[in-house]
This record gives sequence, structure tokens and C-alpha cells, in this order.
Amino acid sequence: MLRYILRRLLLMIPTLFGISIIAFIIIQLPPGDYLTTVIAQLSAAGDLVEEDVIAGLKARYGLDRPMHVQYLKWMGNIMLRGDFGTSFEWDVPVGDLIWSRLGLTVALSLATLLFTWAVAFPVGIYAAVRQYSWGDYFFTGIGFVGLAIPNFLLALVLMYVAFKYFNQSVGGLFSPDFVEAPWTWARVQDMLGHLWVPMVILGTAGTAGLIRIMRANLLDELRKPYVKTARAKGLSELRLLLKYPVRVALNPFVSTIGLTLPILISGSAIVSVVLSLPTSGPLLLRALIAQDMYLAGSFILLLGVITVLGTLLSDLLLAWLDPRIRFDD
Amino acid sequence: MPAERPSPSADDLLLEVRDLHVHFPLDEGTVRAVAGVDFDVYRNRTLCVVGESGCGKSVSAQSILQLVDRPGRIVQGQIRFHQHDADGGVTVTDLASLRSSSRAMRSIRGRHIGMVFQEPNTSLSPIHTVGNQISEVIQLHLGADEDTARRQGIEMLERVGIARPAQNYDAYTFELSGGMRQRVMIAMALVCSPALLIADEPTTALDVTTQAQIMSLLQELQADFGMGVMLITHDLGVVAEMADDVVVMYLGQVAEYGDVDRIFHAPTHPYTKALLRSIPNLDFDQDIRLDSIRGMVPDPFHRPAGCPFGPRCDEVIEGRCEAENPPAFSLAEGGSVRCLHYEEVTLS
Repeated sequence: MLRYILRRLLLMIPTLFGISIIAFIIIQLPPGDYLTTVIAQLSAAGDLVEEDVIAGLKARYGLDRPMHVQYLKWMGNIMLRGDFGTSFEWDVPVGDLIWSRLGLTVALSLATLLFTWAVAFPVGIYAAVRQYSWGDYFFTGIGFVGLAIPNFLLALVLMYVAFKYFNQSVGGLFSPDFVEAPWTWARVQDMLGHLWVPMVILGTAGTAGLIRIMRANLLDELRKPYVKTARAKGLSELRLLLKYPVRVALNPFVSTIGLTLPILISGSAIVSVVLSLPTSGPLLLRALIAQDMYLAGSFILLLGVITVLGTLLSDLLLAWLDPRIRFDD
Repeated sequence: MPAERPSPSADDLLLEVRDLHVHFPLDEGTVRAVAGVDFDVYRNRTLCVVGESGCGKSVSAQSILQLVDRPGRIVQGQIRFHQHDADGGVTVTDLASLRSSSRAMRSIRGRHIGMVFQEPNTSLSPIHTVGNQISEVIQLHLGADEDTARRQGIEMLERVGIARPAQNYDAYTFELSGGMRQRVMIAMALVCSPALLIADEPTTALDVTTQAQIMSLLQELQADFGMGVMLITHDLGVVAEMADDVVVMYLGQVAEYGDVDRIFHAPTHPYTKALLRSIPNLDFDQDIRLDSIRGMVPDPFHRPAGCPFGPRCDEVIEGRCEAENPPAFSLAEGGSVRCLHYEEVTLS
């Protein structure tokens, strides 16, 4: 087991290195850079932009250096000083911009994940054990509707409902009083009050999908002979169900955690724009449009790191759950 | 052949199956997998149930513990289980009348009747240790704490011939060979010393050497524990070696029932005779082709009218076998047979 963990940790190093290169290439890919955008805006406003001003700006942002030098400088600052560079557009260190947003994004994603599991797990088990019952058909129907409705539409409907019938301030993760407030217990409570709307919206599609997966896996497992063995021992139905087939059917659940995280984070961008949530999605979108290189790059890099950590987490959980994986080295 | 045993006495009766019918209502029609089966199992004796695939032998065995897969259902008949207590008292329970998931049924499964299945590879959970799966039964039925369960589990593993039982107690089933896994299954089924062991083709998935080992293990354990054994098999060699009594099944009915010597030396039912002709024998003349039973087992949705074996039988009585499904006639030498040729025997 220890060897397995060590090997997985070692493997993360080249993966993270690859991600940092790809993140850098992605932000360099669009033609032009932040300066081109600024110059275009200035000339459109009628200002003459002088050559030496441009050169000065280029030198200041390090844009006149070759790509690999820029990359090394960027990575070096991150690795050695935790300095993610400066946002061109906001003219503040990237770190100041992203940490709070990233934190809220992770909080929202985890809440959504928990919501998804809490619903999909029992419903999936029920649908498999009572296959073709009315309950099974009912949840299947709901599940397909949940999969089919686009999240942003659901967001608009829920916002309307929350505003009209519950008289709740909609949009954002905080009430107006708390947006700029420092972290206090009251602010956490306020956030939890707002969290459920995006949590439900982001969770529906995933929940519907997981119900289907759980149902299909469990149906396969329920027919396996070891279930009959357990029954022949005299175990009660509920106990044998939870101990044997459900445990085995859990594997695909756990192995998708790593994939669920990035899907939740990137999938939340549009919903976040609609609900004006202070998460990473909208800021990343703006940074990409404005070619705010270091801001966008840092986001992509950190989302990559979160994905890798999520995969590691799910692999470790899987090894803990399933001895066949643990012993496979 | 097992050592000569006295004839079964009524005191040793463990299980009486009477007129058992198990049906599978499917979209294509109802499959009558078991259509009126009777047999008895006695303490310290082995009953072998033999027949081709699909003759209902496994379904009969599984219906005793109400383990038949849906939509299979016991629609008629009785399964009377005799529980003998220490001071000679007997309690009779009709297992067929219990609900499959009822507490009464569950208190019999694994405690008073143990079961071993065909495929040791898939019949054990791949993600739980051997010990976990064995101690579970002990803790459930005997109320033992974890340490006691562990000690008893390891003892049982040693008893069924698992090398290094304490180490293998903590092993996962995928670390064991097929034969070892079947030994674990047997240990699991016998750890609460049940009165009856049902073994549903326990060696089909194993190689011949392992098969012989498992069979002699079962014989040893029976000598030790004195339990009744019901052994499902399609292998007449196994029957010859293991059985005291034999049930020959065909299309969900008992074609012939009797003690093993009578069945092998004086078979009565044409199906039993045909089965015995189809096994090779060392004295056999090499040039003679081995007999096979002509025709095919009929489609389960279209049972032949009259005697189920009629269409494949060499001794058909024209005009009668197509019309009448014979009842079981008792034979003078003991046992019974479902064939019109023996009608007079009963009358006399």
C-alpha cells in the first residue's frame, strides 16, 4: 500500500510539469497578447501610441523575451516565491485575485459533489433493487429530465422561484451586507443559505448520471453468485445488500471523483455567470477574453492541479476499497 | 463405494420434500422447472440428485432454502425440515411455507442448513477476506464475539485442509486456488455445524484431481459431523462414490429413487438405464460405441404430453405413454419409479 501511494505521488511530478507547460501554451496560443489589445483600444480612442512606449511596456511585462524564458520566469516565481505574476488588466498580483475565488469554487464543488452523492446513492440502490417498479420509473423519468435541462435554464428558473416565493436575494453567494465583510460565523451561515441554489443546479445533471451508473452497476452485481452465497448464510437482505453488492458497485463511483471535480469547476462557468457567483469561472472567462496572460494561466494551472489531486484522492480511495487494486503491484 | 450403512430409520429423517412444484412465469410462458418432486434426506447419509442440465435439480436444491432466482416461485408442495434437539425432541418446519426473507428462514440458512455452490470463484466476495466471510456466519448465528469467531474460523479452515489457516484466514479469495476457494466455501457452510449440507455441483468448476480431493473431504466431514448431505451432480462417477440414496431427475420430475446399489445394479426406469449405458467402463469392448440417449431434452415451454421421457424412450407402450404421466410406483426392492412398466409391481 505504501509503495502504491509513493508511486502515485512520484507520478504526479511529471504530470504537474506537463500541465504547467500546457497551461502556458494555451494562454500563448491566441494571436497577439495583452499589449496588442491595449494598443488596439488606445488607437481606437484616437491616441497615438509611440514605439518607445510600446517597447517600455513590453520590457515591463517581459513580453520581449523568448517564450521559454517567459515560461521559466513564470514557473520560477511560482515555485520559489508563490508569486503568480501580475494581472495586466487589474494591475494587482494574481494571487490576490484568485485565492478567494478558488476557495469558493472548491467549496461549491465539494458541496455539489456531496449533494450529488447523497441523492444518487440511495436512489440508485432503490432503483436497482426495485427494478421496473413505479419508483424506478419515476426516478428514471426525473433523471432524464435532469440530464436534459441545460444548467443555465435551471439557474434562471430557480432564481425566479427563490426570489418570487422565498423572497431570497438571488445571485451571488452572499447577501449584499456580507459581500465585502470579513469571514465571520454569520458570513458562513449567509453563504450556506445561498449555496443551495447553485448546488442543486450544478448537481442535477451529475445526480441523474450517477443514479443511472449506480443502478446499472448494482443490477450487474445483484446477479452475481456471491450475493446468493451471502443470502444462504442467513444475512438479512439489507445487511447483505450493503455489505456485498453495494460495496462492489461503489468502485465506479469512487473512481470518477477525480473526473467530477474538473467537470464541476468548468461546468460551473456559465451557471456562475448567470448567478453572478464569485467563483473562478467568470473571472477566468474575462481573463481569457482580455488575454490577461498570467491570470488566465494561473487559473488553468491551479484547476489542473486540483484535477490531479482529485484523481490521486480517488485512486487512494479505490485502493482502500478494493483489495484487488491494492495488491496489484 | 461408501462403507455399508444400516438402512435409514425414521428417527434420522432430516428433510422430506413432498410434491414440490417450482414455476418460472416468463413472458414466453411458464417454465415448470420442478413439477412434482418427492425425496427424503437422512442424517449421516448422502442423497445424490442426478440428471441432465435443466432437469430441475439445482432449482429443487435452491428452493429448500428459498434461494430460487426471481421470478421462480414454489407454487405447491411441502419441504418439511426436521430439527432434532439434544434430548431427542423433533421440531418439524415446512420451509416451503416460510417467506424467503423472513426471520425464521434466515435463522435456518447457514445455521441448520449449509449450502455450497457450483462456482467457488464467483460465489465468494472478491473484496472481503476469507476470515471476514467466515466469521460473519459465526457471529450472526452463534452470537460469538470477534475473537471467538476468528478462532473458530481458523479451526474450521484447518479442518477443511487449508494450509497455514491463520495466514489464509486474512487472505483475499483471489489469492487462493479454485480448490482452496471451494474448501473455504465448505468451511463457511459447515462452521455452524448444520444438520444438512446442500452441495450444488461443488466440483463442476474444478479439475479432476481437485474434484476427488473435495469429494473425499466431504466424506470425511460427514463422518465427523454426522450431517445429512444432499449432493447435486450430473456425474454418475461421483454418484457411485458418494451416494447412499439416489434421485434421478428428468424434466422436473423424479424418474427413479432408490439406494445406490439398486440404482446401479438393477435400474428400472428406461432413463436411468440409458444414463448408465452412456458412461464408459473399463471392461468395455473398445470397438463398441458408447451409447447416447437419442433425441434432445425438450424445450421447457413445450413439455411433452404424457410421460416426459416418452419421446426419447426405447420402451414406449404405444397408446399409453403419450397420454398418461405415470405416478411414482413403489418398488418391491425399495425406492420408487415413475414408469408405466412397473404399474403391476405396485398392484401385486
